[in-house]
Amino acid sequence: LRTGGIDIGSRYIKYVLLEGPELVEVHKIETGYDPLPLCRSLIRETRPDRLLATGYGRYLLEPDGVKTLTEIRAVSRGARRLFPSCRTIIDIGGQDTKVIQLNDDGSVENFEMNDRCAAGTGRFLEMMAKALGYEMEVFGTQSSSENDGLKINSLCAVFAESEVITLITKGIRREQISAALHRSIVSKVAGLAKRVGVRSDVVFTGGCARNPCLKGMFEERLGTTLLVHEDPDILSALGAALSAV
Amino acid sequence: MANDYREMWSGLGLNLEAHDGLMAVLSDAYQNIYLSQQNRPAGMGYFDFVISEVHGQRIVEILKDKIDGKTIVGTFCLYVPEELILAVDGVAIGLCAGAEVGSDEAEKYLPRNVCALIKAFLGFKLAGLCPYVESSDLIIGETTCDGKKKAYEILDDITHKVMVVEVPHTKSEEGKRLWRKEVQKIADKLTEVSGKAITLPRLREASKVVDEKRKALKRLSSLRAYDPAPISGLDALLINQVSFYDNPVRFTAKVIELCDELDQRVKSGKGIAPKGTPRILLSGSPMAIPNWKVHAIAEGSGAVVVGEESCVGERNFATLVSQGFSSVEEGLDLIADRYLTINCACFTPNEGRLQDVTNMTRTLHADGVIHYALQFCTPYMVEAYKVKKTTEKQGTPFLRIETDYSMEDFGQLKTRIEAFVELIKEKRTS
Repeated sequence: LRTGGIDIGSRYIKYVLLEGPELVEVHKIETGYDPLPLCRSLIRETRPDRLLATGYGRYLLEPDGVKTLTEIRAVSRGARRLFPSCRTIIDIGGQDTKVIQLNDDGSVENFEMNDRCAAGTGRFLEMMAKALGYEMEVFGTQSSSENDGLKINSLCAVFAESEVITLITKGIRREQISAALHRSIVSKVAGLAKRVGVRSDVVFTGGCARNPCLKGMFEERLGTTLLVHEDPDILSALGAALSAV
Repeated sequence: MANDYREMWSGLGLNLEAHDGLMAVLSDAYQNIYLSQQNRPAGMGYFDFVISEVHGQRIVEILKDKIDGKTIVGTFCLYVPEELILAVDGVAIGLCAGAEVGSDEAEKYLPRNVCALIKAFLGFKLAGLCPYVESSDLIIGETTCDGKKKAYEILDDITHKVMVVEVPHTKSEEGKRLWRKEVQKIADKLTEVSGKAITLPRLREASKVVDEKRKALKRLSSLRAYDPAPISGLDALLINQVSFYDNPVRFTAKVIELCDELDQRVKSGKGIAPKGTPRILLSGSPMAIPNWKVHAIAEGSGAVVVGEESCVGERNFATLVSQGFSSVEEGLDLIADRYLTINCACFTPNEGRLQDVTNMTRTLHADGVIHYALQFCTPYMVEAYKVKKTTEKQGTPFLRIETDYSMEDFGQLKTRIEAFVELIKEKRTS
């Protein structure tokens, strides 16, 4: 049995194909401005017997009869498969940040999600990386390691960007600004996490889990190690595929 | 809209072009959210009609009442006793405050970060979109929150029709005394504006009319306790919203008619969703017409909303005025007492509200509680914590939402509410 899970996110479409329990294919493409044909061609090429959609654009494939589940449930399922001891998930995607608490048998007990604004999300990091002239891939490796107390106060991405520009014009090194930006995200997401309650083991997922600076700061802040999969943004797609069985 | 009311609207000083736009949006939203629902009770036909004539036929009636010498009184809060307005042969109207309109105009007076309801009531007035506020002879505001309190000063500068009553923020003896005096003040003001004294027979009759309305709404609420739910949360919410501006006697008759139909549905086990559909209790800020956002998302996510612990909902009808009074004085005492049973978040402490949430969860068999606060509505935003603790203690899943009238967070809310419904389903099977 070939089961597919497609996670249509705000920035990327992630697609996972399982044959029985085996992961056989992983695809990741930019969502862009016309994602439907992209999704359809992925499905055409891989011919899953069963398929579930998740993510922000999960209803896109509704006309094709594809059923949905929320990314909260999907990511929980995926995280438990890869890390059976997982009790808490911190997921930072393109436009959503979620903290999910699971009970002992892996079902969702409680969750919090960012309200409306993009602060503390991947999109925020992208905008800030751009303002500082970094490629997204290296952004998390370029922050100064010591905490010099520099703060980005604004929670709004637009205002944070002007704050960054102000700091640049003051001649502050971009490594320091970068560290402050990461700290501001960590502090916002840690607030969500505290509200939900953090229980070990904690799994960090979503595209932002590739960022080592965020990971390190979270670990320090929450006082626990974060488990990160080598492909941290496919967990929701994996969870959808697992649920499609 | 079958009839042409343009002349009437123009006479009231509405901005016709903007008003046409608003009516078109409202009509589309109603089509998409309401008329697309399955298995609606036939009795909703009346309320559909009332909505289609919200700025039409009802305004014609009100203007006719006005010619007949009735006083039109606009309000924004449950704390303004409807009995007193009816006792001077007046017409009580809950004013427009439930849509994102006239924000640009309102922001000339108000900061950006003010709750959507406050921005809307000023916006409706400033943009010339609310025929009710234009028809009103008197607007009674109240001090249930800082934002409203200060915005009423501005509304009065613009309309010169606002009276503000002081709602105490504790239910202490001092608070009760203050409130009783304020009730007297409202009575005096209404007498002054209408030229009609509040007599015992009038007050008794008025009190009866309002209590009958409350009883009908209460009956509707209790019918929602059945599984399958005989009526959608959206429809029940609409009826509660309509209760603030329809003719109370006609409205009550129509609600009773609908409840008779729902009784039949319950007997035959017919519902608007299958038996076992996850049941949600909504608790929090008021949802003024046409704010249907959270109900629409929840019921579009495979749940049914079975109750509103809200001013547009249970708080409006949960308690009655005792009918056994033998003087106007005593009547006013009882009315004052009854209004202080409304557990608004402006009170401290407000344990009564927590008890209400617990009771409603139990009697309506709710599987989960969604706490809904308008953004910047501090009393409800803060009290959400206590509601959360209360529901957690009884083992009921809880979701907290802060939002406004815009649709920009629709996707996020949909994800959160859908996940909440999934969680409820999962919890049941485990």
